[in-house]
Amino acid sequence: MITELGHFALILAFLVACIQATVPLIGAHMRWPGWMAVAEPAANAQFLLTGFSFAALTHAFVTSDFSLRLVVLNSHSLKPMLYKISGVWGNHEGSMLLWVLILSLFGASAAWFGGALPPTLKARVLAVQSAIGVAFYAFILFTSNPFLRMAVPPFDGEDLNPLLQDPGLAFHPPFLYLGYVGLSMAFSFAVAALIEGRVDAAWGRWVRPWTLAAWIFLTIGIGLGSWWAYYELGWGGFWFWDPVENASFMPWLLAVALLHSSIVVEKRESLKSWTILLAIMAFGFSLIGTFIVRSGVITSVHAFANDPERGVFILAILAVFMGGALMLYAARASAMEAKGAFSMVSRESALVVNNLLLAVAAFVVFVGTIWPLVAELAFDRKLSVGAPFFNMAFTPFMVMLGLVLPVGAMLPWKRASLSRTFKVLMPAFVLALALACLAWAIQSGRSMLGPVGLFLGSWLIFGSAIDLWSRTGRSRQIGRLMRLPRADWGKSVAHAGLGITMLGISGLMAWEAEDIRVVQIGEPFEIAGYTLILDKVENVQGPNYFSTMATVRLSKDGKPISTLHPEKRNYPVAKMPTTEAAIDGGFLRDIYVVIGDPQDDGGWAVRSYFKPLANWIWGGAILMALGGSLSLSDRRYRVAAGARKTRAAGVPAE
Amino acid sequence: MKRLILALCLIAAPVLAVQPDEILDDPVLESRAREISKELRCLVCRNENIDDSNAELARDLRLLVRERLTAGDSDVEVVNYIVDRYGEYVLLNPTARGANWVLWAAGPIMLITGLGLGFIYLRRRQATPEQKIEELSDVEKARLAEIMDD
Repeated sequence: MITELGHFALILAFLVACIQATVPLIGAHMRWPGWMAVAEPAANAQFLLTGFSFAALTHAFVTSDFSLRLVVLNSHSLKPMLYKISGVWGNHEGSMLLWVLILSLFGASAAWFGGALPPTLKARVLAVQSAIGVAFYAFILFTSNPFLRMAVPPFDGEDLNPLLQDPGLAFHPPFLYLGYVGLSMAFSFAVAALIEGRVDAAWGRWVRPWTLAAWIFLTIGIGLGSWWAYYELGWGGFWFWDPVENASFMPWLLAVALLHSSIVVEKRESLKSWTILLAIMAFGFSLIGTFIVRSGVITSVHAFANDPERGVFILAILAVFMGGALMLYAARASAMEAKGAFSMVSRESALVVNNLLLAVAAFVVFVGTIWPLVAELAFDRKLSVGAPFFNMAFTPFMVMLGLVLPVGAMLPWKRASLSRTFKVLMPAFVLALALACLAWAIQSGRSMLGPVGLFLGSWLIFGSAIDLWSRTGRSRQIGRLMRLPRADWGKSVAHAGLGITMLGISGLMAWEAEDIRVVQIGEPFEIAGYTLILDKVENVQGPNYFSTMATVRLSKDGKPISTLHPEKRNYPVAKMPTTEAAIDGGFLRDIYVVIGDPQDDGGWAVRSYFKPLANWIWGGAILMALGGSLSLSDRRYRVAAGARKTRAAGVPAE
Repeated sequence: MKRLILALCLIAAPVLAVQPDEILDDPVLESRAREISKELRCLVCRNENIDDSNAELARDLRLLVRERLTAGDSDVEVVNYIVDRYGEYVLLNPTARGANWVLWAAGPIMLITGLGLGFIYLRRRQATPEQKIEELSDVEKARLAEIMDD
């Protein structure tokens, strides 16, 4: 019964979305306040209905209702509760339902927090947002319905893919989707502004918090996914340039570009039409990502050809929204005249360089991702584009970005002097260079990746510190730092976070050590100065798996550090083995141990790794997200969004 | 060599990436084998190189790489040997042959085009005089005063 109600609620949400996509749009065009006002309650109703529908599906998973096809395919009664819930979005149909839930959540929050928006803009934004919703409700209802029943319910389910039964991956998709779908707000604002024919500083200020929020979620989502890959897949890789990863990385890169260009719109009323284009493209790449992941076209063209229904549907959505938005853009973009003038050397032009590098980097990822498809369709060549290509073709743009970032971040608006800014940054540059030289001297003869990464990372971190320090003024009052706008803190924290991530990636890739060997019980062996002893290997039973669990003692110079338990698990229902690495995490290094197969002579295959700076990769991502949150909490956005509310509640603004 | 052939004959249950018995005694040869393995795709996996892959086929390829290396092949010869048998698909790092130059040149060409366009844009921005920012209307002024009071 609840399931049917959920299904029905979804159909109702679809109908509400149809109304919301048309009535307010007409209202805004004809200046009929009553028609425009439909948008707000409709957005709320849509969110509530979709929320109910999602809750109904969750209920079916939690109670293990095996009359529902989706539950049978993706759940099992013995599965821990966390994974019963995460199983809701661990499959195609459920994840699309989460997609529209988040879409309607963003639409509803635009209705809640958009009090200060001009009524026509607000009506148009909500209508465009809802038009996206219409397309995806139709997609779910017609091609991927999660509420289908089984004629003969089985006794138990087929279990969720064991690789997905992990806390890191339980929360990875919701964050990723919050980011992907959050970019729809930037898209809706861009299209609404094009219809409106007006883009000004206020528009920049309204669109920025939404982009910022989406970007924060995307950063967390990508970070979680990469962390999961690191500890779950068994050899400590953190990024594979897989099409599915690239699908989330391209919108991330464009969202970063959009964040920065909307600053120029907000502060200087320039780069307007470029910013609009970026907003359209950022969401466009979210849609492309959804297409890549959901159609299976990249994994195999043949898989796509065998079951093209879903892929073609998403492709059609992509074509309608991108095509429509870009045509609108072509017709209207010339009306966006820029106001501010600035010289060749200025903060504005530095941000242009930032946008250029990020856009080109995203383009390289895009070309590399779809090239196997193009080559097969157009040239009849079956080829692969993998990590070695991306490492070589993508990295140079990030190096360039890292080099110019600290300077660009400190250049004044309008007219600046490179030499003056660089003089201020000199200590950071010298310090970073000294560190890199030191690393180069110590490592002697290894690749240049380590020193170069160390230079870039520390240049970014010290550069951000100097940026903040320079804000204390001539009097060097520390107290001033505390009174700086949060957005300034956010900027420095996020930039330093990028530096830390760069340090982590290059340190890990350059200085990693690996050891593969057959180990007898009780026999010590060494990796990078650490001693490991395999104590015992025993069989353990988990809630829904059997495990071969080893006990490994880790010590250095005779001092014990920790005891590690690497496992090999076997999930009998899903008939899949997984490896669970044991990691001794540290500030400067991880020791990563994986247990392999028993050998004929009674020993065990053991792989162990010394992974320097591994945690810095995700630490940096956390800092970037934190920086974004600081910016988002800046008083200026709250003033723009809901100043009246703070007064009404009688709460002081700061 | 004998060990390798023996290992090839052994059919193990799920194996885990590079196995201890695969490793060559000569560390230089072994490190070359690892580098080559990282550029070769495991044909039955999804976007995984043979060095990281758990698949049987990946193991066979790893052993093949090592066999060719011990037979005295250079790195290029080993890769060519495998490409001849398994096709271009096995290369994770695509060649620049044929239409693939588009793939490799895409980034640099975009960067140069973008730099050109950006330069023209900046030149034009520099040339235009600063436009007068519109005065606030009375309603906006009142709203501003209200916000500043908060």
